[in-house]
Formats: sequence, C-alpha cells, structure tokens
Amino acid sequence: MHRPDEPLLQTTNLGKRYKRRWAVRNLNLTVHRGEVFGFLGPNGAGKSTTIRMLLSLVKPTTGAVKLFGKSLRGHRREVLARIGGLVERPDFYLYLSGRKNLEIVAALKGDVRDGEIDEVLDIVGLLRRADDKVKTYSHGMKQRLGIAQALLGFPEIVILDEPTSGLDPQGIKEVRDLIRRLRDDRSMTVFLSSHLLHEIEQTATSMAIINAGTVMVQGSVQELLSAGDLVLRVEARPVEGALRVLSGVPGVGEVKRDGEVIECSLPRERISTLNQRLVEAGIEVSALVPKRSLEEYFLSITEGASEMAPALPGARPDRSGTGQLSVDHPEG
Amino acid sequence: MRSVLGNEILKTYRKWRSSIAFVTIGAVVPLVHIALYLQGDALLKSAARGVAQDFFLLGNLMNGYFVTSFLMNSLWIHIPFLITLGAGDQLAGEATGGTFRLLLIRPTSRTKVLLTKYATTLLYTLTVVVFLVLLSLLLGIALFGTGDLLVPGRTLVIVPESEVLWRLCGACALAVWGMWTVASLAFLFSSLVENAIGPIIGTMAVIIVFYVVGNIPVDLFQQIKPYLFTTYLNLWQEVWAVPIVWSDVITSAAILGGFSVGFLGLSWYIFATKDILS
Repeated sequence: MHRPDEPLLQTTNLGKRYKRRWAVRNLNLTVHRGEVFGFLGPNGAGKSTTIRMLLSLVKPTTGAVKLFGKSLRGHRREVLARIGGLVERPDFYLYLSGRKNLEIVAALKGDVRDGEIDEVLDIVGLLRRADDKVKTYSHGMKQRLGIAQALLGFPEIVILDEPTSGLDPQGIKEVRDLIRRLRDDRSMTVFLSSHLLHEIEQTATSMAIINAGTVMVQGSVQELLSAGDLVLRVEARPVEGALRVLSGVPGVGEVKRDGEVIECSLPRERISTLNQRLVEAGIEVSALVPKRSLEEYFLSITEGASEMAPALPGARPDRSGTGQLSVDHPEG
Repeated sequence: MRSVLGNEILKTYRKWRSSIAFVTIGAVVPLVHIALYLQGDALLKSAARGVAQDFFLLGNLMNGYFVTSFLMNSLWIHIPFLITLGAGDQLAGEATGGTFRLLLIRPTSRTKVLLTKYATTLLYTLTVVVFLVLLSLLLGIALFGTGDLLVPGRTLVIVPESEVLWRLCGACALAVWGMWTVASLAFLFSSLVENAIGPIIGTMAVIIVFYVVGNIPVDLFQQIKPYLFTTYLNLWQEVWAVPIVWSDVITSAAILGGFSVGFLGLSWYIFATKDILS
C-alpha cells in the first residue's frame, strides 16, 4: 500500500540516451501528493523526454520511475490507470469529433464512468463544440481537449507538458485557474512542465529546474524564489558617482557596469539604504529595479550563455542526487 | 461502439485514405464491365486463343463469372497497392498524427493495441477483396448473365455453371488469405516508420521485385523462388483446376500463413519495445 508520507512520484537516476547524446541524465525528482509540481527548463532541456519516460512512451536507459510507491516498469498498467497525461502538442484524430476522440481514450482507459466525458468537456469549456470535428478546433480548443483527455477517469496525478503553450493571455489564465481548481477541489496532484519561470511561479507549489538533462535545483517555489540576494539594476547619473556610492554600501556583492546601467547583487533589505545614500550624494536616480536571483539564474540558462550554467547564488545545485531541497537560507 | 477494437475499425473506415480503395474499385469495375459489354468478344478470343483452333466453344461464355475471374487479375498488383494504403497507415499513421501519445499512455498493453490494429488491418483487407469480387459478380451477372466459366490459360478448362459459385467463393477466400500476407508485410513496415508513404512504397517494391525474380528463368532465381511469399500469391487460381489439387492449396496457404505470422511477430517485436518519439 502507498503510505501518505511516501512520494507520489519519484525518479531515481533516471537517464535516457539517444545514440550518443544523453537527453536526460541522473534525474532525481520527488513529487508529493497534493503538490502542483513545476518542471522548469529551457527548450531542449529534457523535459519532454522525462515526461515520456514517466508515461511509458520511452524506455529509460538508466534508473527507474516509481509512482504510488510502485515501479512503473513492474506495474505499468496499474500505475498508468491512475495517471492522466498530455505530452507535447495536443494531437487528435482530426477527422473525428472531440467527443469521439475522448471515447477512444475512455475505451482504452477502461474505468471511465458514463457521463464523465461530458463532465470533463464541461470542465474545459468544450461541451458546446463536442460534436464538431477536431479539425475545426482552434489551437486553444485542442489544448483544452488535451487537458480534458488527461482528466478522464479523474486520475490521482495529471502530467501536463507545457499546457499553456500557444494560448492567448485569456487562455493561459483559464488553464492556470483550472490547474488550481484541480488541486483544490479534486485534490489532484499536478505535474506541470514549462519553459517560463513566471508561469511556474504563479501555479506551482514546488519546482525543479532542469537544464541539459540534469536537475539543477529542486524545492518549494516560495523558498527557491526568495533564496539568495537580489540582483539590482541601477540607472543613475553620473554613473561614476553611483559606482563610488555603491562600493561603500555594506552587503553589495558583484558589480557590473554596462554603459549607463549598473547591475549589482545585494540583500533585499539594503535597497533602501542604497537609495538613500545615492540621493544624499546628489546622484540622480532614475531606476532601481530588483530582480530575483532565481530569475537571473534561469535567464542565464535559457540564454544558453554556456553549456554548464553558473551556480545559483545562495542555492547549491542539486548534484547530490538525493532530490532534497538544496537552498541555503540567507540569515535574517 | 465503446470497445477498443470497435474504435480502431471506426478510425480506419472513417479515414479518407481508406475510402480510396473502395472508390477506386467502385469506379474501375463498372468501367471494365462497360468496356467488356461493348467490345468483350476480343477479350474472349484472346482468353481462348490457345485452344480455339481445336475446339468449338458453345454457350454464353461471356458471362458474369468470366468477367469476375478476369477482374480478379487485379489481385497481382492493383489490389495489393490499395491494401497497403490502409495497412501501411495503421501504425505509421498514428505516428504521423502524434496520436500514439494519446493511446499508449493508457493502462493497456502495447501488445493489445498492436493486435487490435492488426485485426482491423485484416478486416480492411477482407472488405476490399470481397467488395471487388462481389461488385464484379453482381454487375457481371446483371449485364452478362451466367454460364459455364472458361478459365483462360494454355489448356482448356471449363468449369460447369453448377460448380462456379462455390469455387468463386473459394477463390475469394484464398485471395483474402494471400492479401493478408501482403497486408502483414505493409503492417510490419508500418511499425518501423513514422510516415505511411514508406510502407506503401516499400511493400509494393518488395512485391514487384519478388515477382520479377520469380519469373526470370535463371537457375539462381528459380532456387530462391520457393522462399518468396509472392510465389504463393496465385493461390486463389488453384480453385479453377479440375479437379482441385487440395494438397497444393493447403501447402500454399500454410506457407502464406507462416509469412503472415512471421511479419506480425516481427512488428510486435519492434512495436513493443519501441520508443515513441512522434
């Protein structure tokens, strides 16, 4: 039996090699019941390969996937009966209706109640168009139908691969609200992949960042986002004067100058001090823009500045393989 | 129909690609009938050319049965092509459409998915062949009536009218059996790739090359010939022999069945362990 304290989903040293290239390597993820787990990484980081392994579409080269305390390999059908998934683009039989597509899925799933197809169509707001061919659906509608098929049978965990990609802002908001409702009203666990930090930030409760097939950090969204110093963008004139003041403020770390703009890292509580000193020194401050270090860090990965991303300030990249939260909490 | 097999059947027959076979047969068969109705004597003469000098041929030989057996010659190339359109698409079409991601993340074994798809392929093949034979026969009888069947060939074989119908059913069944082997090959190719064009061209290429190899009277090729499945595809013609040599029919049928099972087994091996990247 699955114990409540046991992780709902756990991967150990999961790896996948395509010919010479490792798409995913030594991946250790832990997802607990009731979480909205954000799986964040730039395009090509190995997110989809991981999700394909979680859903048994791709066979891992190394490691194992455990769901509900059971190995996916050993209990494939039993485990898959309790998962819903949407992998990459929402593809359907275009020449059949949305409802017929769901009926095909339901027949394979086996344990779908009568009326449940209408129920999931209603949840994603497609009931009115259910009998039209999928060919006539917009991208957003296909995406919603994709979520609907993942919800069939109301599984304990739904794995959604970039569910908001290609949606307009309204659509993105709807999906976000839907995910929240799934967790709150139906106590589903949601595994959500995205290449956008702010999306994970707004929906997820815990997260992992993956790059080049490896988990870089993992932990609760709140803790990760508040970890480390801020990176502050300073726009002030004269720049030389601002630099001089900066060097005198305690706690200021690395300072970078790019033309008229200065970037420096410093603790959140020092921003006001810095501002005060600048003004006192008669320097014209036009902007002080704080950015969180995780954001900076993630940006540096996505920009692909280097193959191996720099370490997250204040957080230790999760190389230990334990899948534990690896954030050093700043004092105070 | 909520069953998995029912859904596979629906998917196959609702696809526009599958209707090509029926539309083609539905158009070509009446066309041939009209042509024969207008100028059928020439065909009859050519069919009987080997024996016409030595025998007087009496009665209505230009009849529905003759037309049907004539049209069944499309089983060499044309019908296999129409069958590969459906069979080659069975697995590759799901890969092209990305719908394997919809099917294979369910609590169902890949073996079951494969077998339902194979069963659907067999059904599709059966309906194509039966449609050809039935349409030819009904239209033929309507236009030309019935009579004894003159079997074209080097020797004179005439099947009496009373025996034609059950032999024709036998020919149809054996034709289906042979086409199942063709379909199985296309199905195997379909398991390998993500686009149906490959299996269609691949299967046709194999059939044509094997025919060529089997028909060149060179020692080496004649030694290979028994190992080619195309050698046995003329199985359905055996029913016109008087009397039927049942041992030949059974041997050929068993060999074709063996090939079909072999092709299915290979596709299962490929499909069960395959990474779904489409």
